[in-house]
Amino acid sequence: MSLRKKQNIMGWLFLAPGVILILCLSFYPAIQALMLSFKTGTGTNMQWCGLHNYMRIFQDKVFRQSIKNCLLYLIIQVPIMLILGMILASILNKPNLKFKGLFRTAIFLPCATSLVAYAIIFRSLFATDGFINAILMKLGILEHGYNFLSHPTSARIVIIIALIWRWTGYNMVFYLAGLQNIEYSIYEAARIDGANLFQTFFRITIPLLKPTILLTVIMSTNGTLQLFDESVNLTMGGPANASISMSHYIYNKAFQGVPNFGYTSAMSFVILIMVAILALLQMKVGDKRD
Amino acid sequence: MIKKRESFFTYTFLILVSVLSIFPLVWMIIATTNESVDIVGGKMTLGTKFLENYANLTAEQDVWRFFGNSFKYAILTTVLSLLVCSLAGYAFEIFHDKWKDLLFKIILMTMMLPFVSLMVPLFQMFSKANLLNSTLGFLLPSISTPFLIMMFRQCAKSFPLEIIEAARIDGLNEWQIFIKMFMPTMKSTYAAATTITFMNAWNNYLWPKVIMTKGNSQTMPMMLSSLTSGYVTDYGMLMLAVLITTIPTAIVFFVLQKSFAEGITGAVK
Repeated sequence: MSLRKKQNIMGWLFLAPGVILILCLSFYPAIQALMLSFKTGTGTNMQWCGLHNYMRIFQDKVFRQSIKNCLLYLIIQVPIMLILGMILASILNKPNLKFKGLFRTAIFLPCATSLVAYAIIFRSLFATDGFINAILMKLGILEHGYNFLSHPTSARIVIIIALIWRWTGYNMVFYLAGLQNIEYSIYEAARIDGANLFQTFFRITIPLLKPTILLTVIMSTNGTLQLFDESVNLTMGGPANASISMSHYIYNKAFQGVPNFGYTSAMSFVILIMVAILALLQMKVGDKRD
Repeated sequence: MIKKRESFFTYTFLILVSVLSIFPLVWMIIATTNESVDIVGGKMTLGTKFLENYANLTAEQDVWRFFGNSFKYAILTTVLSLLVCSLAGYAFEIFHDKWKDLLFKIILMTMMLPFVSLMVPLFQMFSKANLLNSTLGFLLPSISTPFLIMMFRQCAKSFPLEIIEAARIDGLNEWQIFIKMFMPTMKSTYAAATTITFMNAWNNYLWPKVIMTKGNSQTMPMMLSSLTSGYVTDYGMLMLAVLITTIPTAIVFFVLQKSFAEGITGAVK
């Protein structure tokens, strides 16, 4: 056996465990799910039903609501979080800033909390008898406790606030890492040429961070469309499914009450299609600016 | 003058954001030492009810069993995942040819698959294979992830081929090169990968909720979630459970924070 051939075999051996696991536990189940989405029934008693499940989606008010919710979280929360993260990263990147490490740790700290844990902290803070209401009443802004989680709009806003709190620092670290690859002298040169803060931010930081921005946009889009823990533990999808996320609704349909795996698979493919379309779109836009 | 005003604004902004970031955690820690009535009243000073809250919590739930389960699952996932994914990422870069490049693209595409669409078929497969409520059942789907493979492939790009050639001439086999040369050089990537994998495994909520149907194999986040289902919430007890759930991820965070940033820098390049 030649040396080259031997190395080639070693290469395949090295990748085998990882690749086989992904093919068996992601690729194969995805195909199974696709087939299930064209079937109906319970347990092992499943029959083909064509596009029936997909037609049913359009009539499902709760699922439509959950799509709207996820898109709302996506459109409002993701831009606020990413822009805030970018601004914080470019401030923390200044070489003469004092207490840099302290600020970075503080802002990154929310990432140390577990998802269910922070959802429960926010649930408690915003409860009718929670801290936020206690403060608002002490300040005389409110007379009685306001039940943030039982009004549709405020429940959604609480989810958005919680998401921003948990993930801004995480994205900031990615931007900080990206900024390390930019020579600081470029900023100094721009300053000498008379560029102000906004100009340097939009003309230097954003274009040079483009690959990192693309990565964070795709990660956050993916995460928001698959939102689950917060919907379950922070608002419990309520009031009356007004803040429920797609994954949460699919989980309820699959594992609570009478399961219909065909229908839930069809709904999960809606998420897949949304994720795929948005990722392709973002990559297209990301490439064009070159 | 402009410079001074600018830096005043900068520091005020940073302090404000830092306080907002830390506040919910400080509130949570203070709440673990107070009675529910005081917490509801907005008390913001340390109290003396910590042991009482602890007694209430351990009376209600077998906290340390769930803690132990989560810890076991998270450690095993991290060790296996790092080994499997770094091997794959390394091989995709060092031994690459057109077939492996194509395979890598297919693997990357699976990154787009939302977990809810795999959940039902996986549940069916695992219940047939008798893997419900088992450690292996928890581990299997999270060992190999496209994201980690991609990260290790990216960092293998900066591993010089000349070193590999030299090592081969010195008589090291491929496995030895990987263990003795690649792994020690890429410490910061391994640290970043450890942070990400441990946190994900510890936080994992949807998958254990699907397969851990029996109480005694459940995880810390599941236990935490079940504490809120009662009509009256004992905030002191609840926040203590939140604190215990947060301790392991916080330790990983503080120990690996610096290398996490370094590892990400390598991966973002």
